Amino acid sequence: MRCRKCSAKAIIRLPRHNTAFCPGCFSEYVTDQIERAIKSDRMFGREEGIAVAVSGGKDSLVLWEILSRLGYRTLGLHIDLGIGEYSERSRKKVEAFAAGRGLPFVVHSLREEHGAGLSEIAEGLRRPPCSACGVVKRYNMNAIAFQHGMPVVATGHNLDDEAARLLGNVLHWQEDYLDKQSPVLPNSHPKLVRKVKPLYRLAEREIAAWAVLQKIDYIVDECPNSQGSKMLRYKDALNRLEAASPGTKHQFYFQFLDRQKARAQAAPAEPDLRECASCGQPSTAEICSYCKLVGTLKVLK
Amino acid sequence: MKILLHHPSREVAVAGPKKVWQVLRELEILPDTVLVIRGDALIADDDVVGDDETVEVRPVISGG
Repeated sequence: MRCRKCSAKAIIRLPRHNTAFCPGCFSEYVTDQIERAIKSDRMFGREEGIAVAVSGGKDSLVLWEILSRLGYRTLGLHIDLGIGEYSERSRKKVEAFAAGRGLPFVVHSLREEHGAGLSEIAEGLRRPPCSACGVVKRYNMNAIAFQHGMPVVATGHNLDDEAARLLGNVLHWQEDYLDKQSPVLPNSHPKLVRKVKPLYRLAEREIAAWAVLQKIDYIVDECPNSQGSKMLRYKDALNRLEAASPGTKHQFYFQFLDRQKARAQAAPAEPDLRECASCGQPSTAEICSYCKLVGTLKVLK
Repeated sequence: MKILLHHPSREVAVAGPKKVWQVLRELEILPDTVLVIRGDALIADDDVVGDDETVEVRPVISGG
């Protein structure tokens, strides 16, 4: 197999683009896709500080690496979820990555703040761990980025993540979530930072391949709470469709984005936000989801 | 050949030599869901793996 660009020996085939690349041309392709996402969706400018949500996995570390190489001013944000050995190893990956490159980062530990890890909190609240995890991450990423004066939070969500999330939202006709499923979520409140997903043009496998080629040491193990998750089932279904018909995931998600843009222009969404009576962070209710979660936890203790 | 798999970590043996795509087909693994790594190098789906070699089949799908 030869690189379609330079004819050197290819190391990866991309059936959805009907192409194959050598290491050099593949690296160029990955960087180009990220730069294209940043520019075409007006995610952020050169002058803005970017908080990068880093878990220690391939997507977030690749994102941090590329944004740093492109010369953006970044701050890594790691939420230590306190999920036993898995969280310890994830945190070490982030610390080693940052130390090796001299990149600044902040760690927020759930156990240090609340005396319990995510699994115990979810169990105490009788909520699925992934649901509690989403609330914890969204709240803390925004609050910490805001505290550090960073106007943007970049996450490592990729094409597979977005296509799987879209499938889940469509299967359950969650129209509120469909409206919010965009590569850029503007800051609709002075205390909300902009959320961006610069990897949305890249497949999960492409990102992992780039990480291996660049010798980025990421955590390969999966979160123990994600076993049997709906997201993995949706990804499995989409991967089977993709194997039979390459390009399915790309078409599904990008055609959704085209329709979403047309809908947003016709009737722009205006979120009704106020400040949480407990913590002061933006919320659609009097008490935000995070404070409700933490409040219930205190009652249970 | 020796194949190192994840989730859970285990080793399986496959008779070689075989091309990467043939190994994945024998193991019933969708090519889009993994990378195949020899030593610390990525190998392509038409590369041949010898009977005396070891390769890692690393999943790329994450749940979050």
